[in-house]
Amino acid sequence: MSGHDSKYFSTTKKGEIPELKEELNSQYKDKRKDAVKKVIAAMTVGKDVSSLFTDVVNCMQTENLELKKLVYLYLINYAKSQPDLAILAVNTFVKDSQDPNPLIRALAVRTMGCIRVDKITEYLCDPLQRCLKDDDPYVRKTAAICVAKLYDINAELVEDRGFLEALKDLISDNNPMVVANAVAALSEIQESGNRSIFELTSNTLTKLLTALNECTEWGQVFILDSLSKYKAADPREAENIVERVTPRLQHANCAVVLSAVKMILQQMELITSTDVVRNLCKKMAPPLVTLLSAEPEIQYVALRNINLIVQKRPTILAHEIKVFFCKYNDPIYVKMEKLEIMIKLASDRNVDQVLLEFKEYATEVDVDFVRKAVRAIGRCAIKLERAAERCISVLLELIKIKVNYVVQEAIIVIKDIFRRYPNTYESIIATLCESLDTLDEPEAKASMIWIIGEYAERIDNADELLESFLETFPEEPAQVQLQLLTATVKLFLKKPTEGPQQMIQVVLNNATVETDNPDLRDRAYIYWRLLSTDPEAAKDVVLAEKPVISDDSNQLEPSLLDELLANIATLSSVYHKPPEAFITRVKTTQRTEEDEYPDGGETAYSESPSQGADSGTSPPTASSGQHSARQTVAVPGAAAAPAPVPDLLDLMGDGNNALVSVDQPTTPSGPPLPIVLAASAGQGLQISAQLVRRDGQIYYSMFLENNSAIALDGFMIQFNKNTFGLAAGGPLTVPQLQPGASANTLLPMVTFQNIAPGPPNTLLQVAVKNNQQPVWYFSDKISLAVFLSEDGKMERSTFLETWKSLPDSNEVLKDFPGIVINSIEATLDTLAASNMFFIAKRKNANQDVLYLSAKLPRGIPLLIELTAVVGVPGLKCALKTPSPEMAPLFFESLENLLKS
Amino acid sequence: MPVSASAIYFLNLRGDVLINRLYRDDVGGNMVDAFRTHIMQTKELGTCPVRQIGGCSFFYMRVSSNANVACAFKFVVEAVHLFKSYFGGSFDEDAIRNNFVLIYELLDEIMDFGYPQNLSPEILKLYITQEGVRSPFSSKPSDKPVPNATLQVTGAVGWRREGLVYKKNEVFLDIVESVNLLMSSKGSVLRCDVTGKVLMKCFLSGMPDLKLGLNDKIGLEKESQIKSRPMKSGKTIELDDVTFHQCVNLTRFNSEKTVSFVPPDGEFELMKYRITEGVNLPFRVLPTIKELGRTRMEVNVKVKSVFGAKMFALGVVIKIPVPKQTAKTSFQVTSGKAKYNPAIDCLVWKIRKFPGQTEPTLSAEVELISTMTEKKSWNRPPIQMEFQVPMFTASGLRVRFLKVWEKSGYNTVEWVRYITKAGSYEIRC
Repeated sequence: MSGHDSKYFSTTKKGEIPELKEELNSQYKDKRKDAVKKVIAAMTVGKDVSSLFTDVVNCMQTENLELKKLVYLYLINYAKSQPDLAILAVNTFVKDSQDPNPLIRALAVRTMGCIRVDKITEYLCDPLQRCLKDDDPYVRKTAAICVAKLYDINAELVEDRGFLEALKDLISDNNPMVVANAVAALSEIQESGNRSIFELTSNTLTKLLTALNECTEWGQVFILDSLSKYKAADPREAENIVERVTPRLQHANCAVVLSAVKMILQQMELITSTDVVRNLCKKMAPPLVTLLSAEPEIQYVALRNINLIVQKRPTILAHEIKVFFCKYNDPIYVKMEKLEIMIKLASDRNVDQVLLEFKEYATEVDVDFVRKAVRAIGRCAIKLERAAERCISVLLELIKIKVNYVVQEAIIVIKDIFRRYPNTYESIIATLCESLDTLDEPEAKASMIWIIGEYAERIDNADELLESFLETFPEEPAQVQLQLLTATVKLFLKKPTEGPQQMIQVVLNNATVETDNPDLRDRAYIYWRLLSTDPEAAKDVVLAEKPVISDDSNQLEPSLLDELLANIATLSSVYHKPPEAFITRVKTTQRTEEDEYPDGGETAYSESPSQGADSGTSPPTASSGQHSARQTVAVPGAAAAPAPVPDLLDLMGDGNNALVSVDQPTTPSGPPLPIVLAASAGQGLQISAQLVRRDGQIYYSMFLENNSAIALDGFMIQFNKNTFGLAAGGPLTVPQLQPGASANTLLPMVTFQNIAPGPPNTLLQVAVKNNQQPVWYFSDKISLAVFLSEDGKMERSTFLETWKSLPDSNEVLKDFPGIVINSIEATLDTLAASNMFFIAKRKNANQDVLYLSAKLPRGIPLLIELTAVVGVPGLKCALKTPSPEMAPLFFESLENLLKS
Repeated sequence: MPVSASAIYFLNLRGDVLINRLYRDDVGGNMVDAFRTHIMQTKELGTCPVRQIGGCSFFYMRVSSNANVACAFKFVVEAVHLFKSYFGGSFDEDAIRNNFVLIYELLDEIMDFGYPQNLSPEILKLYITQEGVRSPFSSKPSDKPVPNATLQVTGAVGWRREGLVYKKNEVFLDIVESVNLLMSSKGSVLRCDVTGKVLMKCFLSGMPDLKLGLNDKIGLEKESQIKSRPMKSGKTIELDDVTFHQCVNLTRFNSEKTVSFVPPDGEFELMKYRITEGVNLPFRVLPTIKELGRTRMEVNVKVKSVFGAKMFALGVVIKIPVPKQTAKTSFQVTSGKAKYNPAIDCLVWKIRKFPGQTEPTLSAEVELISTMTEKKSWNRPPIQMEFQVPMFTASGLRVRFLKVWEKSGYNTVEWVRYITKAGSYEIRC
């Protein structure tokens, strides 16, 4: 069967919207229905048909289910842009939610949940309450998901109306699909809220395990995923759980299988009996292998997960290496993953077979794959001592094919093999030297030079070989230069004759006077000094024995591995990164902030009496906390008066506080301080805080509120190591806080005290303690904007010079599709307030290009180029700086500045 | 861990949005553009299927938060399957345009707030129909069994509706095996496995309970244990792994090793299995390819059928790769037809009917254009083979019995067919 809906996509040219309007108001049912279809078609291709809102909604009251669904679809799309009109639909929704037909009841609740308009949300509560207790399981299962939707829009409302309890009741529902959806909804709520709402007890566990046998495949996935968080009390219980879950491994749905594997792996941690563990490992192997006969995308997901499983429990697939052999037609991403797993599974027993395969792959066409295959041979050699010789002979055979990139890759891995097994395989050096002149990649060149230097005494013409590289010394990449330097020194120490002596002069000269690479220069000077003062010491240093390497590439840290294993089948296990690393929480927190305001207002003047009462008795909410923050800021003297230690810094802090409150409405980035420690998490102590910059000094602006029943005093603060080495510049001066009292403080900060290693990030971990409560830990985000110093303005000429002097690799680009520049002046003012200084402007067609400069501590300049069309969304930013690793942080703060 | 997806987009190959359905409002429309520029416009079609762009991850289906990837992919696969079943087999741009109303309806039903709900075509067809006009409560509540549709969607036997009646109760069983082989040029088997499917077509009345018996080792052992009588002699085979359709009672399979189930109506895939030990390869291929100098090649391929002489294979195609710069070819074949196909750089040898225990040969001479640029030696892709052998199973699997039990006690007719196909049957040369 096939429909003929495509005709709705073609429309007459003139006056489309009025024409549709007319048809929508037609007295004939069929015509109305066709018109709605046309509207939906127009919506589908992206035309704006929101102006027809009233007319479409008028068609809502219909017996026709298909038409109804289309109107609902329209509502979901446009209700947000027409919130006032959306209210027109409410009546029909409420009526539909009491329709005798369960399909319509469910449809109404489902659609209402999808409309994210506050007014609708309020009306949703009553129908939802009814539907959660509906006789029909289909309606109940829809309502269960709807609670999660509502929680996403307005969490407080869900808690106030007791929907969470209703949801928990659904776990004991007699219909498995309702149970599954309730579990899905609860898990989601659990995930988004910080506190534990959905605790797994052994009682719920039993219920869920029973439901598992009966519900749909998708439901099984929801249940298994949530159960994998359950911590069994003892090995006995773990074994029982595993026994109930094992049959799922036979399911045809790959998601069920992977979730079951996840669950079993989690419980296996607890099982002590080696027999049981061995048995389980045996049972898990075949299903995992079967996943490899699914679609390539699923194979890819399975392989990424198997990669993790193999690292944790290599025995599971130890005998199955053959299934990971690449097929000729496998997509490249599958091949790459298979290769990785083959290396992990290679052992003395199967290495011959594996090597044959690798050799075969090394002659294929895809360059990346070939390179990886060659590298794989090298990694096998390093991993398996007994196979090293065979690996080397395979590599030599490959070198003889004389395919350029194979040779280069082979040389890189042979260098590693030499490091691993020193003084064993030098006999092959002659063969390597034959392909010397074909090397053109830095890494291969550097590796070859290292080999020559390391074995200079056994290569007769080592000096000639090195000399051939020296001619081009200044043009070589830094990696090669460094190796050349070291190799020449080694050569000189091993053969202190005239030739090497001249060479070393040339090299040292090149590497000190003529270079501007500090690494190279430093190393050259050290060698120079060593050689000129004590050649023997130089020998001890340069020719010292090197520690043996092992193959740990692509191995994950055990703690990370455990975390990833707990996330099997999810994105995190595919990226091999913990969830925090790629989920941007920024977006959600901002949204909740935006949402909370209107909500707070909503509850305040809500007409529903029950709600009014609720908000009166409920503990102070986030938004009310922020309101009071503003009030107290206005009278800083009162809060500071009883300060026990009158401290100069504190007085300064208070003085500045007054300024803050005045500034707040005008500074674009000055929303009330974000809450970093919620009252619910801090036993009643609520802390809001943010880093701010005032008069060239960085402060940690804090607002503490005591909602507990006891007075709190003796506050102290400490900061964990962070990228910028931020630390407290003085003690935290907070007076004793009586119950219900609050206090402001500005804590001066110092930088570069305790710098965290690793790439820059914005994490700031803070610990606050007082005499009454345990230590509270929370984390905050560092905004790069506070580090931009007041003296960041650059002269035009300096700007141009600096821009040119930096290589292109130091330029980082980013698009901000969501940002609109409405006025250049206003934008420049905003930026100037954060110490980003305007330098020049030019027009490029209709685009405006702005140049700005800023300066980070330690004199790191930031050169900024902004490109945008006034009034049109989309801003391009190019950043050039000597430390491009700061770019992500910069972009983040730029976005925050310009978004508001 | 939320498994949920944010939205589903249907795009055509140019990246235009045909239909979309947003389940959550955490992705913006600009994500599609990002997708288009980052993935569709990169020429490498083989790029990784899971990508993260600007805080949003795409499985060629987009989600945010740490979603369950396996679930999402499986959902996409199943959804395509569902749409195909609705549109009669084709699922392309035209089909989407022609049925957009229906697709919207289905999307609404199969996923809610990013959670997959029910994708069984059998059930969905009950209440989402092409005509759509049948609102069950509007006029004639008696003409359709729709009222209990909701019960079925959520019920324990979600895949079968009640009250089916057939005049003639029939069951068709198809055992379809595909042989995957990777053989080295010297004739040693590098990897070899059989993936089999048991496809079933049921036309049975009522709510029947079915029980399937195969000649697999574990099942037979268990059976003889229960009945405490010695195992009958005969060939048994060992299944490496089995996966079942959701209708099969997994718990009972685990404890009693019997496959018992209430089947869905019509056609479905009952089980899949995999075998690696004791595979009977239907064909052996013995290639000799000699490169004579830079411009000539000699290709000799002998294919030997090793199944029973009374059986025969159908649609045998052997693809023998030759270098890109092939200029001229000449053949001699003892059976079938051969020609050079430059589009895939292969000599394609087709034999329509291939009896057992025979060994036809192909010998060809290939002339090459000598090129100066071609420095790299030819990398010799493997020979690939396609075939179908009816009434043959590479694994040796046989159906021993299929019991149908229904409370009305009708008689059923059972039909069983076997067929073996080539999966990826590759011989390196």
